[in-house]
Amino acid sequence: MTDPQAAVVARDLRRTFTTRQGMFRQTHKTVEAVKGVSFEIAPGELFGLLGPNGAGKTTTIKMLITLLLPTSGSASVLGRDVVEDVREVRRRIGYVFGGDRGLYERLSGLDNLRYFSELYGVSPREQKQRIGELLELVGLTGREEEKVEGYSRGMRQRLHIARGLLHDPDVFFLDEPSIGIDPVGARELRATVAGLREQGKTVLLTTHYMFEADELCDRIAVIREGEIVAEGTPADLKGLVSAGRVLEVETYGVADAEVASVREVPGVRSAIVEERGQVQVLVVSVEPGAEVTQQVLARLGDTRVGRLSHREPTLEDAYVELVTGADA
Amino acid sequence: MSRLRQLWVCYRLQLKVMMFSPFEGFLQVFFPLMFATAALLVYRVNNDPEAMLYAGIGAAAMGIWTSQTTTAATLVQRERWAGTLELVVAAPTPFAFVVLPITFGMATLGLYSVVAVVLWDWWLFDLPLQVENWPGFVLSILMATFTIALFGFLLSVTVVRYRTAWAIGSALEYPGWLLCGFVVPLALLPGWVQPLSWARAPTWGVQAMRASAAGESPWFDLAMCAAVGLAYALLAAWLGNRLIDSARRHATLSLT
Ligand SMILES: Nc1ncnc2c1ncn2[C@@H]1O[C@H](COP(=O)(O)OP(=O)(O)OP(=O)(O)O)[C@@H](O)[C@H]1O
Ligand SMILES: [Mg+2]
Repeated sequence: MTDPQAAVVARDLRRTFTTRQGMFRQTHKTVEAVKGVSFEIAPGELFGLLGPNGAGKTTTIKMLITLLLPTSGSASVLGRDVVEDVREVRRRIGYVFGGDRGLYERLSGLDNLRYFSELYGVSPREQKQRIGELLELVGLTGREEEKVEGYSRGMRQRLHIARGLLHDPDVFFLDEPSIGIDPVGARELRATVAGLREQGKTVLLTTHYMFEADELCDRIAVIREGEIVAEGTPADLKGLVSAGRVLEVETYGVADAEVASVREVPGVRSAIVEERGQVQVLVVSVEPGAEVTQQVLARLGDTRVGRLSHREPTLEDAYVELVTGADA
Repeated sequence: MSRLRQLWVCYRLQLKVMMFSPFEGFLQVFFPLMFATAALLVYRVNNDPEAMLYAGIGAAAMGIWTSQTTTAATLVQRERWAGTLELVVAAPTPFAFVVLPITFGMATLGLYSVVAVVLWDWWLFDLPLQVENWPGFVLSILMATFTIALFGFLLSVTVVRYRTAWAIGSALEYPGWLLCGFVVPLALLPGWVQPLSWARAPTWGVQAMRASAAGESPWFDLAMCAAVGLAYALLAAWLGNRLIDSARRHATLSLT
């Protein structure tokens, strides 16, 4: 059923890691990081991979960009197999990860870009213009002669993006690009990523930030413990819960047993507790048409309760429900 | 053509990375100078100018050897720590062509030590270089430096699998001095280690330097040096690819 036109195809990808522990008596431990992940990304689509820490997002991306060999399963990018056709895949993809590593600290931003232009075989004639354009795009024009050592986190991240785009890749992989960036920087970054899609590039983005995924992605896959648990447009995912409503109850010191008993109430799909300063907010996802407020309050027993409110479910609610495994 | 340009640009940028810190630049000459001084002080006791020249040339080569083995062993490791190893591997350029310019950069620093040592010997010990065959001598220095750097390249891909890579580099430093006949004539070594010396490109490089200085023909030594050096390069390129494949299998490219 594979669409031959798809930009990225993953078929039952699996990856296990074996780690060694101990100095003298070594024991081997096997971790199944990715357990049979399949998806397709159409050309020009912005696809989000969403999941909690350790879900296997980075591992999946690294298999797609040829840095890790899959334990089993297969994947292709632009019709090229990521194990067999490594050179061609590498030539046509860009890769950027979040955080501030991966740059030559002792070189200027410009020299970093020059170095990678060479490694990507960007012709000398194009190089100068391309680097100039990219510096403009990521807003580093005028700072390019400074050593990367002195760059702020945001500047490093923007330099990374420019580096990933040097060879004008058709498919762009972004692994948590907004990590550690201030809100203004993150907004600019989202604008940059949105701009890439305008240019018709295919983008695979991983993120922890729901609004980022909601704002940017055409389609999202939620991954939990190495498996995709849901896939669809942001609206589809919201739809998984939006047929219902969300009840929020401010409490002061709600006990785990009480939360568990709230989950038992008929019509309650999930219940979690969010710390918001002094109060713990009990977030209850309710099935359509169910009226559970009285019963929920009854289950809370003597717990002191503050404000009560109803709201429409957000993508974040859908996400929390999916990754906390509240599968009923 | 574009490959040559790539190597040249990457070489210049890598040299920038290496030469950035004045402190390291100082170490790069300081150790070789100390070794040269010690060697010459020992040899001066005999009051034999020929032996002095022998030691002078040997000390110069020793300088490069020392700076190369210790730093080369951590060459790939440093890229890994910086998080750039993944990125250079993810680029379409074969890994050997990524490491080669770094190796050349180190050879350049080695050359800088050699020149510093020669000038130092001259200034402190009044030991002018009496060279009969200058073109041969310069070529021999270049070859020696170059093959030591290639050895560094080989070393870096061989030992990167082990976290103790740097210790292996240091451990090679002293046996290297003996095996390559830098300050002790090879003939003094027991017969069974001689084949080991022949497998060392620097041995031939240093012999070529001495032959040129003495006005003998350096060509045989140079050819041997080039052949052994080429063998290093091929072996290292092959091991480098194996290393990357293994890293992709065992997830050891990033180690974050
Ligand atoms: N090189 C490795 N060796 C051993 N285990 C690994 C390695 N890389 C990842 N893992 C394990 O694989 C699992 C998935 O990790 P991965 O980095 O893919 O998660 P992630 O979804 O990217 O998480 P995060 O949001 O924290 O970046 C984790 O349990 C992790 O410990
Ligand atoms: Mg990750």
